[in-house]
Order: sequence, then structure tokens, then C-alpha cells
Amino acid sequence: MSSNTTEAFVRTDFLPQQTAPVSEHGIVGWVMKNLFSSPLNILQTLVGIGLLYLIITPLFRFGITNAVWEGADRTACAIDHVGACWAMVKAKFPQYMYFQYPIDERWRVDLVGLVGLVLLIPMLIPFVPLKKTNAILLLVIYPVFAFILLYGGWFGLPIVETPVWGGLMVTLVIAVVGIVASLPLGILFALGRRSDMPLVRSVSIAFIEFWRGIPLITVLFMSSVLLPLFLPEGVTFDKLLRALIGVALFSSAYMAETIRGGLQAIPKGQYEGAQALGLSYWKMMNLIVLPQAIKHVIPGIVNSFIALFKDTTLVLIIGMFDLLGAIQTSFTDPKWATETQDETGYLFAALIFWVFCFAMSRYSIFMENKLHTGHKR
Amino acid sequence: MKVLSRVALGALVAAGFATSASAATLDDIKKKGHVQCGVSQGLPGFSNTDDSGKWTGIDVDLCRAVAAAVFGDATKVKFTPLSAKERFTALQSGEVDILSRNTTWTMGRDTALGLNFAGVNYYDGQGFMVPKKLNVKSALELGGASVCTNTGTTTELNVADYFRSNNMKYEVVAFEKADEVVAAYDAGRCDVYTTDRSGLAAQRLKLSKADDHVVLPEIISKEPLGPVVRQGDDQWFNIVKWTHFAMVNAEEMGVSKANHAEMMKSANPGIKRLLGTEGDFGSKLGLGNDWASSVISQVGNYGEVYEANVGPNTPLKLARGSNALWTKGGLQYAPPVR
Repeated sequence: MSSNTTEAFVRTDFLPQQTAPVSEHGIVGWVMKNLFSSPLNILQTLVGIGLLYLIITPLFRFGITNAVWEGADRTACAIDHVGACWAMVKAKFPQYMYFQYPIDERWRVDLVGLVGLVLLIPMLIPFVPLKKTNAILLLVIYPVFAFILLYGGWFGLPIVETPVWGGLMVTLVIAVVGIVASLPLGILFALGRRSDMPLVRSVSIAFIEFWRGIPLITVLFMSSVLLPLFLPEGVTFDKLLRALIGVALFSSAYMAETIRGGLQAIPKGQYEGAQALGLSYWKMMNLIVLPQAIKHVIPGIVNSFIALFKDTTLVLIIGMFDLLGAIQTSFTDPKWATETQDETGYLFAALIFWVFCFAMSRYSIFMENKLHTGHKR
Repeated sequence: MKVLSRVALGALVAAGFATSASAATLDDIKKKGHVQCGVSQGLPGFSNTDDSGKWTGIDVDLCRAVAAAVFGDATKVKFTPLSAKERFTALQSGEVDILSRNTTWTMGRDTALGLNFAGVNYYDGQGFMVPKKLNVKSALELGGASVCTNTGTTTELNVADYFRSNNMKYEVVAFEKADEVVAAYDAGRCDVYTTDRSGLAAQRLKLSKADDHVVLPEIISKEPLGPVVRQGDDQWFNIVKWTHFAMVNAEEMGVSKANHAEMMKSANPGIKRLLGTEGDFGSKLGLGNDWASSVISQVGNYGEVYEANVGPNTPLKLARGSNALWTKGGLQYAPPVR
């Protein structure tokens, strides 16, 4: 090995590692790979961007650029090319939240909401301990607490009758009661429908098919118009309570069918194994079957919850003012009558509903992944 | 068993209707402690909610006035928002004591429904709105125009009658909902927008350029709006009727919410009778003699209520027109208190 062989180059050390070419990594790489990888993909990307542009620009212009944020009455919003009149939403915000609930008593609603959150959040986070105590507090003590506080009549709290309840508060009351009542009822009816006992089975089938066979709007109408005719004179039955019962029974019929779908997915071997271990019917269901069945149908259950949450707006037709009802009522206030009064209100309603439904949806995905034990593909 | 329960149910329902129709409404109201008043679910200036969510409007104030007359306290009233369809049933079944819901007084309603109209608190009528740039001064110049209106209402029929009787051609552009009609008119799909004049004033505010539109002077239909009560309880009927009259009389005599205190000392015999410092007209209604005095001090006279809810200083900017006092060329006229 002499020095005159220098024209032949032999590398003695490794080149330092280079980063991948710019078209293969980072934002550019991601864009190249996912958006512009083939002519068809390029076309789709361009069409997609075009559509987004067509949707987002007017919405942005309406909701942000041309929107009016401050003002005392309609004069602020009665201008050329006005966008959303957020000043109206600002002025009407308490009305949208509480409707006609007496102003001096609104702290009670706030307190109920706050306590509800304080009890609900640790319940939703898996690693927080004391789930059992928490559940008892949330499902047994809290409803009583909420009722006493919202309705009043005890501890010197003045009674606030339900006709003045309204806004987001009523939407949440109906949705939460419906959700909390429909899950256990739905499980019972789903089990009943698969029961071997003829009476239990036929009652469950009759219940489910009856409530699934009539539209919610009919249920609400019947509860508010027909029911009073069957009651003796002078006996009144709170309108909100009637709606609550109607909504809860209606949604539990749907819930029952969702859960029955989950029960059907459990192989027979699971039942037989449980029985071979000598478990009673309820133990078998509680320990073996239901945990697996419910896990399978989380998307379906949350679907029902979201549908129920949005269906609460139907109480408007029986003269109750939920969030949407309160917003629609505000459209008739001449103090704020402008070109975009209705659009602004509906946009705000959509925003609030979306926030709640999206939160429910995300939490269900989180729970699905949390409970994922290899059954998902 | 089945037959029995059906009979029992029938008897129950019948009994329910019978008691609600013949009982003394005033006693029931005094017992429960408030007047139950049926209002519309929202009509600007007549019954709508304000920023704090409270019901306001000319129809709402009439109910508050009745509560002031009965209890001496205008807050002792509860409101039931009613749709056009359910309003008469709600009154007949006793769900509300008084229906104050921009209801047009017609012969059919007055005679066939078992109801009584207790007066007219707003004289409305169908009118026309046109863009200023068309330079139309009278509805008689509207020949050949396209007219935006609601489908299936008397509004549409009134337009047909009016144009036919004046030998004018026109074209109807009709929609189901008021919002759609306004949007179509605003977009220039028709030349004329027609509905009740109070409605025109309210919908005008929702146009992109309200000031570019003008309401024509012609009124092509009669829509007297007033409070309604159940037939068969004359005492309650009188209370509602005279509450309205008291407010009109108060305006005529210059008694208002503002000067109520000094008017209590007035020597004018008419004012003394109205405010109950002389005579006992209230007790003949079954109320205290200060009934009208409470109405005026807590709610105001007719003119004040009009000005506060629909008058020229409100966004609706409705001139008094037919609703001025008879002494000022309008139709509001009340029999004297004597």
C-alpha cells in the first residue's frame, strides 16, 4: 500500500447521516405524500381547497370580519353589509342561559351547574379513585340537591315554578335526565327482551315497539295535550315533568335496542362458561356479559345520547323554551330587529350544540380506546 | 268494565268543561293569586321578551293592567305563550283566564266559539310596503305589480279582493313563512310586500336598508285586535272591558302614570270618579274602588302603553293613526265612568 495509489479513492469513514430529502419528511413530505402523490390526489386536493374556501370565507366574513361585537340596541347592527350581530347575543346571553328564571335566584342554577361539574369531571377521568362514592354522590344525592335548589320550597328558598325555566338550563335538565334514566332502563329492557320468561319478554317487546313506533313529537304532544284530559279537574301535572318522563321512556326504548345489539355479539360460550362457574343470572350479566356487550356498543350509546341531546329542542312545540326556543323568542324583540338577527341567533345555537355534542363524541372515542382489549379491528 | 270506564271518563271530561265554563272567574283568580294570561309566542311590540327575558308589549300590558285592577299589583300575572292554533282551546278549557294575543275580532269568532271580545286595544289593517325607488304614492298605482305574501292566509285573499275590485292586474309570490316572504322582498323578487301594518313595521326592521322602503297609506282590511274572555261570566267580561276603557279614559282626561299622584287630588269630577276618590264604581265590578287608580299608577294610560311598546319612539315607529283617541281623529273611544 504505497502513496502513489492516491488516484483511487477509498472512503475510510462513514458519511454523516443526512436528513431525508425535503420532499420526504416534515410538512413538505407530508403534503407531498398525502395531498399531491398522484394526479387524482392532486385534483381532489384542489377541489377540497376550493370547497373549503367557498364555505369558510363567507362564514369568516359573516362571523368575524363584518360582525358587530359591541352595541346597545339595533342601531349598532343596522348598517350596510353587516355580519353577525354578536352584540345582540351579548345582551341576550342571560336570557339564552336561564330564560325567565328570576334574576335574583340565578345563582342557584349556577351552583347546581358547578356542583354537577365538580362531581362529573372526576367521574370521567379513569384514574381518579373513589369511583363508588363519587357515583353515589352524582346519581343519588346530586339529583335531590339539584331539584331542591332549582325548584326551591325548602330551606327558605322561594319556589321557582317550571314555566319560567328555560334556555340552556332546561336543555341540560332534559338531556341529563334523559341520558341518566335511559341507560339503566335500556339495559333492563334489552335483557327483558332476551329473557326466557314469556311475561317479561312480551312486556319488554311491547314497551320497546310502542315507544319506537311513535315519533318523539307525538309523545310530547300527547303528554301536554292529551294527558290533562284524562286527569281530574284541578289536578295538574307539571309540563316539564311530563316532557322529562316522555323523553326518558322514548330514549330508553332506543337504548334497549342498541344494547341488545351488543348482547347479540357475545358468543354463547361466555354465557355457558359463566353458568358452569355457578354464577347466578344477575352475576353472570354484571360480571361477564354486560361489560363486554356495552363495550361493543359505546359508539351506538353515544349516538343515542347525542341524538337525545339534540331532540330536546322539540320541547319548543309544547310551549317550553329550551336554548333554541329562547333564541327564537328573542327574534321578536324589535329592540334588536336587524337583517341578520335570525342568522346570528341560529349560528350561536349551532355553536353551543356543536360544543356539547363534539365533547360527548370525543369522550366516547377516549373511552373506546381505554377499554380496547383487542376486539377492535 | 271497559264501558264503565269509558262512561266515567266521559263524565269526567264533561264535568271538567262544565265547571270551567260557569265558575266565577274572578273568585278563581283571587284564590290562586294571579291572572293567567295567554299571549303570542312572539310578536314585536305586542308580546315579546326583552333583554332580561321579561314579557313586554301592548298585549302584555293589558294583562298587567287587569292584574293591577284585580289585585292592585300589576306583577300578579303569569303568561302562557300560545300558538295561533291552540289559543282558543286554551281559553275555552280554562288554561288561561284572558286571551290577549293580537286576535282579530270577527263575527264568526264572537258568535260560534263561546267567547266574547272585550274591546279593541289595537286597530290593525292590512297594508302595503314598497321600495322608495319605485316612486309609488298610493296602492292604486300598483297595477301589474308582483306581490309578496304568505300562503293560505286571509292576507292573500284580501289582496285578491282589493286588486280585483280596483281592476288591476297583479302577480302573487307567496311563501309559507314570514321570514321567507321578507327575504324574497328584500332580494327584489317582488315589488310589494303586504301583511298587517303592525307586521310591516316589524318586518321592515329586518330589511337590509329599512329606510329605502315606505308603507303606503291605504288599509285594505279591518283587523280589530283585542282581548278575549270566555262567554258566560259577565263579571269577568266587565272587568277586562272596563280595564281597557279606564286606560283610554285616563288618556282622554290627561291622567298618566307620571302625574297620577297629583291627579288623585284633582277636583275634576270625571277624574275623581275614574280614580275612585268619589263614587263606588269599583265595587260594582267586584273590585276595590281604587281599581283604575292601580291600573294607571302601575301600568299607565292607553297612550303611554302605546308609546312605550309600538309608538314613534320605539323601533317600530307606528304612528297613532286609527289608534288615536276619538278626540284626535282616531277610533279609541271609551264610555264614561259615571
